[in-house]
Amino acid sequence: MSVLLLIEQILNGLQFGLMLFLISAGLTLIFGVMGIINLAHGSLYMVGAFAAAAGAAATGSFVLGLGAALMAAAIAGVIVEVLVIRRLYDRDHLDQVLATFALILIFSEGTRWVFGSFPLYLDVPSWLSGAVTLPGGIPYPLYRLTIIGIGLAVAAGLFLLIAKTRVGIRIRAGESDREMIAALGVDISKLYTLVFALGAALAGFAGALVGAIQSVQVGMGEPMLILAFVTIVIGGIGSIKGAFVGAILVGLTDTLGRFLLPVLFGVFMEPSSATAVGSALASMLIYILMAGVLIFRPTGLYGKA
Amino acid sequence: MKLRTILAAVSMAALAVAAQAEGVKVGMITTLSGGGAGLGIDVRDGFMLAVKQSGRSDIEVVIEDDQQKPEIAVQLADKMVQAEQVDILTGIIWSNLAMAVVPSVTAQGKIYLSPNAGPSALAGKGCHPNYFNVAWQNDALHEAAGAYANDAGFANAFILAPNYPAGQDALTGFKRMFKGNLAGEIYTKLGQTDYAAEIAQIRASGADSVYFFLPGGMGISFLKQYADSGVGLPLVGPAFSFDQGILQAVGAAALGVKNTSQWGKDIDNPVNKAFVESFQAEYGRLPSLYASQGFDTANLMISAMGKADVKDTAAFTAALKEADFASTRGKFSFGANNHPVQDIYVREVIQEGDVFTNRIIGTALTDHGDVYAAECQM
Repeated sequence: MSVLLLIEQILNGLQFGLMLFLISAGLTLIFGVMGIINLAHGSLYMVGAFAAAAGAAATGSFVLGLGAALMAAAIAGVIVEVLVIRRLYDRDHLDQVLATFALILIFSEGTRWVFGSFPLYLDVPSWLSGAVTLPGGIPYPLYRLTIIGIGLAVAAGLFLLIAKTRVGIRIRAGESDREMIAALGVDISKLYTLVFALGAALAGFAGALVGAIQSVQVGMGEPMLILAFVTIVIGGIGSIKGAFVGAILVGLTDTLGRFLLPVLFGVFMEPSSATAVGSALASMLIYILMAGVLIFRPTGLYGKA
Repeated sequence: MKLRTILAAVSMAALAVAAQAEGVKVGMITTLSGGGAGLGIDVRDGFMLAVKQSGRSDIEVVIEDDQQKPEIAVQLADKMVQAEQVDILTGIIWSNLAMAVVPSVTAQGKIYLSPNAGPSALAGKGCHPNYFNVAWQNDALHEAAGAYANDAGFANAFILAPNYPAGQDALTGFKRMFKGNLAGEIYTKLGQTDYAAEIAQIRASGADSVYFFLPGGMGISFLKQYADSGVGLPLVGPAFSFDQGILQAVGAAALGVKNTSQWGKDIDNPVNKAFVESFQAEYGRLPSLYASQGFDTANLMISAMGKADVKDTAAFTAALKEADFASTRGKFSFGANNHPVQDIYVREVIQEGDVFTNRIIGTALTDHGDVYAAECQM
C-alpha cells in the first residue's frame, strides 16, 4: 500500500462525501424549515437522473440535461408540496412517513410507466471524460474532480443564500418560529413551497450528476436516501453545516473503511477470510459511526438540543 | 342422505373431467417491479412467446409479481398452490427467493421449472425429482470465465463480487477453473453504486486482467466508472452484466469486454434464429439471455405435455428429464441432478448500428455440468 494510493482513496472519499452532501442538503433543509420527514427525497433524486438522461438523449448536450434535471425535480417538488405535503404540516411524523412512502411507490411505478423497466443511458460528456494526472503522478477521473468542485460550489452557494439573502433570513426565521414569521406578514406557504422546490432541485441535480457514472434505473434513489438520512442524523437534523460535515465524514469513513479494513485484518488473518470479514465490517462502518456520534451527541454534531 | 352421496359423487366426477380438459395450469412468480424488473419481464415475455407459438389453448398461465422480496414470493407460492391449484411453478429470478420457495413447493408435489436462479444448495444435497433448472447452475458462467481467462493467457487476475451467497459462489466458481495468480480479491457491498475505491486498488495491484460479477445496476455503475478511470486492463465477466437490457445503458464503456454465456443471439441454429426474429417482431426489442431462458422453459414444458399427463407427476417429470425440445442453445440435456449440461460460450460486446450487443467469439466449456451433481441423491 503506497502513500499515493492512500491519497487517491482520500480524494475518492471526499468526492463521495460531496455527492452525499448534495443529496442530504435538500433533505435536511426541508426537515429543518418545515419539520417534514420526506421519504420521497430519493424519488426526486431519481426524477433528476431520468430527466437528465431524457434531456441529454433528446438534445445531445449533458449541460442541457442537467438543466432539465433541475427543472423537472423542482417542478415535481412543487407539485408534491402543493398536493400532498401541505396537508401534512400539522400531522405527526408517522402520517408524514406514510404519505411520503406512498409517494416513493407512485414515483417508482410512474417512472416505470413512462420510461420502461430497463436502465437508461446517461454518460459523462466527452469533455469531462477520462483521467487527468494530479501532482504526484496520481491519475484521477476528471469527472470526479468536477463533482468535488461542484459540491464545494453548491455548499458555498447554500451558505451564502442562507446567511446573506432575504430569503435566507426568512428560512432561518421559519426554522426557529414559524407562527411568529407568519404573524409578521411573511407568506409562509409560499416560503415552504420555495424551500421544498429548492430541496427537490438539489436532489435532482445530484441525481443527474451521479447518474452519469452510475445506473439510471427505477429504485436508484432509495439506497441513497438511507445514506442521506445517516448523514443528516450524524450532522444534526436541520443543519446545513451539519449535513456538510456529516457527508464528508460518511464519505471518508465508507471509502477508507472499504479500502483499509481488509488490509488491517490481513495482518493477522489469512487473505480470503480477511477479505470477507473486512468487507462485512466495512459495510457496517458508517452505522457504527452514526451510533458512536449519537452516544456522545444525541442531537448530532450540529443539532439543536 | 343417499341422494347427497350420489350428487357428491357426480359432481366429483364432473370436476375430474373438468380437470382433465383443463390442460396445464402454470403459476409464474417473477420480478415485475423495482430495480430488477427487466429480468422478470424478459423471462415472462420469452415464456409467453413460446406458449403463443405452440398454439395450444390448454395452457393457462397465472402471473404474479414477487417485487424481488422472498416473503412475498412465499405468499404467492402458497396462493398458487392452494387457491389457484397450479400444476407447475416457474419464473423466479433470484437465488434467495428460489431458496425460499422451491423446497416447499416441490415437497408439496408440485413441479418447479427454474428459468434463472440455480443456487448450489438445490443442485447438490437439496436436489429434488420435481425441480428442474433450465438455465444454469449458478457457478457455470463463472467457471467458464475462469477457463476463458486461462485460454486468453491471463496470469494475474483481480477479482471482485458483491458480498452475498451468489457473489461468493461466483468467485469460488472462477477460482475453481482459473490457474493463474490472484492480484487481489474484493467483496463489495451488495447494491454498492460507487466503485472508486475498488478501481484505485485495481490500478495499484499490478493485475493483468479483472474479473467481476456485479449483476444489474451495480455492473452498469462499475463499467462506466472503470472506463472513465483510464485503468484499461482487460475485463472479463459473466453475461449478467452484459445482457441486452443493460448494454444500452452502459454504452461504449462496455465495448470489447469478453463475457461468458450459455446463449447468444447469433448461435447458429434455426430455432434460435426464429426465436430472435419473432421476439423482436412481438416486443420490438432484442431478446436477452433471460428471454431465451423463459422461452426454453416453456418449450421444455410443452414437449413434456405431448408425452405425459401433468397429473401423473412421475411420468411428467420423466418426460421433462428427456429434454426433448428444440432449445435456442442447440444441444441441451439434463444431468443427474436435473441441471443443464451444455456448452458455455465467450461473447464480445460489439456495436451493430446504434445498438450495443454481443457476438460469440469462442467456446469456453463444452458439455459442462456442475460439481454439485455428485452430491445429489434422488
